Amino acid sequence: MNLDTIIFAISAVVAVFGAVMMIGQRNPVASVLYLIVSLVAQAVLYIQLGALFLGAVLIIVYAGAIMVLFLFVIMLLNLRGREDLGAGSPPVSKVTKFVVAGLFVLELGFVVWSGVFPEAGSTGIQSAASEFGSVEVVAELIFMKYLYPFELASVLLLAAIVGAVVMAGRAAVTETDESDDDDAVKEQTVDEVHG
Amino acid sequence: MLEIVLISSLKVMVIMAAVLTGCAYATYMERKVVARLQHRVGPTYAGPYGLLQPIADAVKLIFKEDIVPNRVERITWGLAPLVSFVPALLTFIVVPFGADIELFGRQIKMVGSDLNIGILFILAVTSLGVYGIVLAGWSSGSKYSLMGGIRSSAQMISYEVGYGLSIIGVILVANTLSLRELVEQQASVGDWFIWRQPLGFILYLTCAIAETNRLPFDMPEAESELVGGYHTEYSSMRFAMFFMGEYANMLAVSAVGATLFFGGWQGPYLPPVVWFILKVFLFMFFYIWLRATFPRFRYDQLMAFGWKVLFPLALLNTMVTAALVML
Repeated sequence: MNLDTIIFAISAVVAVFGAVMMIGQRNPVASVLYLIVSLVAQAVLYIQLGALFLGAVLIIVYAGAIMVLFLFVIMLLNLRGREDLGAGSPPVSKVTKFVVAGLFVLELGFVVWSGVFPEAGSTGIQSAASEFGSVEVVAELIFMKYLYPFELASVLLLAAIVGAVVMAGRAAVTETDESDDDDAVKEQTVDEVHG
Repeated sequence: MLEIVLISSLKVMVIMAAVLTGCAYATYMERKVVARLQHRVGPTYAGPYGLLQPIADAVKLIFKEDIVPNRVERITWGLAPLVSFVPALLTFIVVPFGADIELFGRQIKMVGSDLNIGILFILAVTSLGVYGIVLAGWSSGSKYSLMGGIRSSAQMISYEVGYGLSIIGVILVANTLSLRELVEQQASVGDWFIWRQPLGFILYLTCAIAETNRLPFDMPEAESELVGGYHTEYSSMRFAMFFMGEYANMLAVSAVGATLFFGGWQGPYLPPVVWFILKVFLFMFFYIWLRATFPRFRYDQLMAFGWKVLFPLALLNTMVTAALVML
């Protein structure tokens, strides 16, 4: 048993543990914390695969920015986990959640199965190339091969942000009924979205 | 195998000891420099020139009572000081502080770990630093702490964007993410990246101050409005941990700044480590100087400055640098 195996085992267990605990928490802040734990463990897995860049970006973008935003919103709304989570879910979702979960488990099982027992002729799951996930490879994929899809996705995100700002601004205006003080309201909502 | 583990652990221990000592004496330096700037003398009683003052402070803090308020969320509250302290220490693992040396017939790199994505590693651990403050604010169950925590998360998200973008200029010019190679490219004073990235440097400096919650950007702990901000409910060593975290963060951004813009450990005559420490403490002096000079920003001014001035400037810097590099 070498060092690699030990590190893999620890981070894999922590990643799954964090993910499971995240779902099981009633307190939203605790959920966010478990998700961060899981993300950091996943970053360790990436780094162990040699994909240093992916690991670092996972932490910078998800753990460092998006999760902080989650935490920020939760703190602003002051959710403390006293909300009744069971009420209001339609009866359909009780069936669909098991169907979706079952499909996912099947899919996962298939991947693991085909990896452990490769069929004759196919090579099963390939280990990634040594350059996989390095800065150069990722850059080439994003900025050369998939340039247009990448740019389109960013335009989509921008449209979503602008839409959110406009909708929040409109709601604020109708609530306070201060259409003459439009600028101040807009500025306030912009600040909120940025924060 | 065993050898690698031994050398790495030794390196880590030396670096940690150095950083902790650095933190302790950064407090001494801060008190002395601020005192001088305000026409006072600062600490003088403990040891010659008050040099033992940090040790006296540490002993005092250890022996203070550890008070846990009733309304705190225990686990998160206990974790928060650690979470704010550890990422700051992690930064030093990738910062090179000297040229390779021969020791007992072995080539030893004077850097904790020579990652080829060193700068991204620094950005990653810096971005985790905010959790300590946010969690402390949230779990304290006190409105002042909560206000401090919320302010800090908003501020740190805002300034982290500028912080990252200001570094990208240097990366574009140097064409590497490894801090070791960055230092090697800045062999003489004329090669320092500050000459090729003047705007990037000013942006880095400003964002770094905001990232470390120092005056004039110390909104999260504005004591005149928030009592103490996120650490209001902490006492004894837990409080000291936040304090050390703040100084470790200052040292970290100083060390990174010295490496990115001032040639790291490169310098004539003196040994590399001495040059490195000199440059880091020059940054620290600048920080303390600012603190003694400027009043605090108002909160909305701070956010407006971050998003409407620093962010566009950082984007502009990145675009111009990229264009110049392409040409």
